[in-house]
Amino acid sequence: MAAATPAIRSPTASPRDWLVPLVLFALLAAVPLLAKLGPEGFILSLMTRVVVVALAAMSLDLLIGYGGLVSFGHAAFLGIGAYAVGILSSHGIEEAGPQLAAAIGGSVLFALASGVIALRTQGVYFIMITLAFGQMLFFLATALSGYGGDDGMTLPGRSLLFDRPWLKGDAALYWVSLAVLGAAYLGLRRVTASRFGRVLRGLKENEIRMEAVGFEAFRYRLVAYALAGAVAGVAGFLLANLSGFVSPAVMSWQRSGDLIFVVVLGGLGSLHGAILGAAAFLLAEEVLSHYLEHWRLVFGPLLVLAVLFARGGLVGIGRGRGA
Amino acid sequence: MTEPLLRLEGLSKSYGALRVTDDVSLDLRPGELHAVIGPNGAGKTTLVHQISGLARSDRGRVLFAGRDVTRLSMAERVRLGLARSFQIISVLPAFTALENVAVAVQARSGSSFRFLRPARRDDALNAPALALLERFGLAHRAGVPAALLSYGEKRQLELAVALATAPSLLILDEPLAGTSHDESRGVVEILRALKGEITILLIEHDMEAVFALADRVSVLVYGKVVATGDPATIRADPQVRAAYLGEEAA
Repeated sequence: MAAATPAIRSPTASPRDWLVPLVLFALLAAVPLLAKLGPEGFILSLMTRVVVVALAAMSLDLLIGYGGLVSFGHAAFLGIGAYAVGILSSHGIEEAGPQLAAAIGGSVLFALASGVIALRTQGVYFIMITLAFGQMLFFLATALSGYGGDDGMTLPGRSLLFDRPWLKGDAALYWVSLAVLGAAYLGLRRVTASRFGRVLRGLKENEIRMEAVGFEAFRYRLVAYALAGAVAGVAGFLLANLSGFVSPAVMSWQRSGDLIFVVVLGGLGSLHGAILGAAAFLLAEEVLSHYLEHWRLVFGPLLVLAVLFARGGLVGIGRGRGA
Repeated sequence: MTEPLLRLEGLSKSYGALRVTDDVSLDLRPGELHAVIGPNGAGKTTLVHQISGLARSDRGRVLFAGRDVTRLSMAERVRLGLARSFQIISVLPAFTALENVAVAVQARSGSSFRFLRPARRDDALNAPALALLERFGLAHRAGVPAALLSYGEKRQLELAVALATAPSLLILDEPLAGTSHDESRGVVEILRALKGEITILLIEHDMEAVFALADRVSVLVYGKVVATGDPATIRADPQVRAAYLGEEAA
């Protein structure tokens, strides 16, 4: 059977698909070197934040860009990951292994529990229910008076790896975060191209069509929701280590909104767009707030312009398909 | 007489005060092509939704291959071999023609909870999908996104997708609607070839096609089956002529 005829090759499967992500990761890999030229600690900490936010946004892209599921509660998973670090280390468990297990396990459990309900709804209702679940967790965190309540808590130090403070250095944390981002990118890329990913994309295109060939939408979406939650939970773990501080603000609904914005700004359904989006968002915020007191007055319109003129996101510009 | 492949027992469905289907009972023999005709608003598409599981029935039962499937979802019924097409074209617009069919092949071949191997290069899925496209004369359009296909091509693609699920019963909801004369002749030829191979329930307005293809015809008027019989009987039935064919005979 001539199944490999040229007609089958999809128009999107080209070397360019790898070019932009490769350049992005090469640039990120050059950051620790370049940081030595300036205020190293500041640059590394800012860029680690870019990487961590990109990780969370990338997992959200799996939901929005590939699944058509606009979750407005994604910061909840950042919160679960961060509180896994905070709560466990306050009990003397500073080892990264159990903290990560709690971050991922907690995220998956929360995703399954909330997804079972949220994924029964669609469109605006799905947005509102995910927001509601996010808020529920937010208020739960503010009520945890044993763990700082509203004020949050300062961590005793960064997580330990095999009982050693390997994450202590800023560069070390950056490299670990970047490695996780790279692994997540490769992993999610495979997932989106797999049988499962194809079902997820098909459901976004036309749910009834997919059910009419025998796919139960709910199951596939629930698994995607749990997977995205797990990845965002890891991002929460990294975020807590970066800031050395955990508070309910990590999972405020504004954070969820930021994540949606980062994904849309970068370009939906590309995965690496999340990196572009996170870099543009956080760097613009940093630069503007440095020079202007009321920087939000400029930031807001800039975001509006970016979405208006970069249809398909920053990735779309790179592909020459912008506007 | 052999066991019917599909048996409808007293199916009813109302939207508010409007009774769209009313106590519909029907038997489909294995291998037959059974057409359902009726004027606009007779409840034909609602009946298809009830049989396929897209709409819940208020009353009555759907028995498929001797099994009560009334409570099963559409996806579950498809996996048992009960496939359907849609009156309003339903494809995955951003997927290529080949992927539209391949994803349907995928639905019946192994678990889709596989996360690592790229699906697009899976020959176990592509080969049967391409064979189906060839059957419908769409092989040269395999790499084209479905959104860019012509209306008639999309209709044929939908048929290929339905067949890719390997159904034993195929419900076709106006497969000729909106196709050109040539395209509709092509589809009729394909249906003729499928006849006997699988059981088909055909909902269609094109009387020429219905009387050329059908083994038996049922007439649905205001949600009720008013007559069932072979094409010649139906054509001659005075009640049918008055209710439906009258419009055209006049």
